[in-house]
Amino acid sequence: MSTYSLSDGVASGAPRVSRAPVLAGWVRESGGGVLASIAWLAFGLSCLWWEDVGDWSRTHSLGIAAFIVAAIALFGTVGADYLGSAGRGLRKRAPWLVALGAFLTLWEVATAKFAWLPLPFFPPPQSIIEVYTDDLPKLLDSVFASVKLQLGGYLIGATVGFLTGVSIGWSRAVGYWVHPVLRFIGPLPATAWLPIAFFTFPSSWSASTFLIALATGFPVTVLTWSGVASVSNAYYDVARTLGAKPSFLVLNVAIPAALPHVFVGLFMGLGSSFAVLVVAEMIGVKAGLGWYLQWAQGWAAYANMYAALIVMSLLCSGAITLLFSIRDRLLVWQKGTVKW
Amino acid sequence: MVAAALAEAVTHPAAGAALDIEQVSHAFDIDGAELPVLSDVSLSVEPGEFVALLGPSGCGKSTLLRLVAGLDRPRSGTLREDEVRITRPHPSRVVVFQDPTLFPWRTVWDNVALGLEAQGILKSQRQRVDDALDLVGLASFRNAYPHQLSGGMAQRVALARALVNDPKILILDEPLGKLDSLTRITMQAELVSLWQRKGFTTLLVTHDAEEALVLANRVIVFSDRPARVKADIRVDRPYPRHRGDPYLADLRRQILGLLGLDATW
Repeated sequence: MSTYSLSDGVASGAPRVSRAPVLAGWVRESGGGVLASIAWLAFGLSCLWWEDVGDWSRTHSLGIAAFIVAAIALFGTVGADYLGSAGRGLRKRAPWLVALGAFLTLWEVATAKFAWLPLPFFPPPQSIIEVYTDDLPKLLDSVFASVKLQLGGYLIGATVGFLTGVSIGWSRAVGYWVHPVLRFIGPLPATAWLPIAFFTFPSSWSASTFLIALATGFPVTVLTWSGVASVSNAYYDVARTLGAKPSFLVLNVAIPAALPHVFVGLFMGLGSSFAVLVVAEMIGVKAGLGWYLQWAQGWAAYANMYAALIVMSLLCSGAITLLFSIRDRLLVWQKGTVKW
Repeated sequence: MVAAALAEAVTHPAAGAALDIEQVSHAFDIDGAELPVLSDVSLSVEPGEFVALLGPSGCGKSTLLRLVAGLDRPRSGTLREDEVRITRPHPSRVVVFQDPTLFPWRTVWDNVALGLEAQGILKSQRQRVDDALDLVGLASFRNAYPHQLSGGMAQRVALARALVNDPKILILDEPLGKLDSLTRITMQAELVSLWQRKGFTTLLVTHDAEEALVLANRVIVFSDRPARVKADIRVDRPYPRHRGDPYLADLRRQILGLLGLDATW
């Protein structure tokens, strides 16, 4: 016994292929790319069509670059079938390309061409490109200084926080002494220590490292601790009957069981340490992106500020992405037990 | 000669140990009040015996198992394994709990390897892990994570994790209690055949009189809390046993009578 649905008969009774569905399919697949191409073409034209109201040297190059993006968007999506995963990725992102192209066009027209937004507070896209090409060495130095400071402080804070959290969670005696201290000092924003830190530490660099470590350490400690404390006794019983010593219980039961919590702490620590980093660089450290921002403001170099902000957000989101991928590797066993 | 002896040792690595429980009493502190759970329990188990501990729910059977495992110390009385006093857990007495309690972050193979790893002998004895997985028929699931297993499979892994240590006393705390009835019957048969092959002493806590009678040489019936030994019944029947055996049915009626459930029979 088979079952038939009504549509089977209708489909087989209509051998004539109409052109409309083919066209609809093409529009669905490549329409986004064509629109993206139009948006970027518009951006390129907006760069070249009118005269700039100010004196910017990269307008012409930016227009050409926009045309190149438009061409890539067009041929990349129309010919996606021949490009493999790159083509598919481009098609998927086509709506964003449209939005970006439209936004850039609007920005270009509103600033460089008709100055609807007041200059110099709202610099045009080409002036930001100009920063990246002309002020690159200084910007790179700042990026390097920020990464160095952030990485050092974060690693110290995460390590100390993790070890403290495990000790409090494991040992009652350690908990007795550390818990009240944590209670008292932990909730204080790390930036509140700034004035004291800058004159008690030998250098502004070590003071900032300490503050970043502090901002990272608190959430990591608390979450590691609660992770270790919430491990079910049944796991310890099982391991003990199988001959496990206390060190084995800590390393192979408590820590792996607490690891999901630890990562929540690491994410929270990363967020709050970014805040401390920027503030520390603005106030005390004479290097880094925070300092670059401050310096740019001092010279009223608004394009430099926007350029530095963009770099900063790329770095922060890059760090978060990196941490996510580390978690995904370490906690692969969680896939299927919890919803990510 | 040595090789032959070694081969013998590998195939019959751990004959069972004797277990002596002498006048053991135990109590819990609950909100300052003392709650007695075991009252003067004495029990002597021969090496290689399969003893079922049967009693009403919450009577303290599981507490007795924790004492035998060495996870807790009794308030009074002593427990001995082969004349040696039990003071702490030891891999010669392994527990299989009601929940499989597999470590979710470890694969099946790594879970089974846990005991050998904890004792620091895994590197030289990896083969034993594979053998234990073969024994419970889960060799093809060695790289699976616990959440990918069914309840019966997870309990089999827990069994393999216990057996890989070649225990002298296997302590089973209602290990089949949460399984569906078909899986339960299959695993009862598997338990008996493992016990017959390996020769370890087995202590099984259960609240199912039929399960106790199908599996054990001896059924100890406990009273309500605080648990006291109420009866010590020998089950003198060859394996495999049949559930419909009139001899077993008769014993079952007796046992239910002891538990005060004869009216429902």
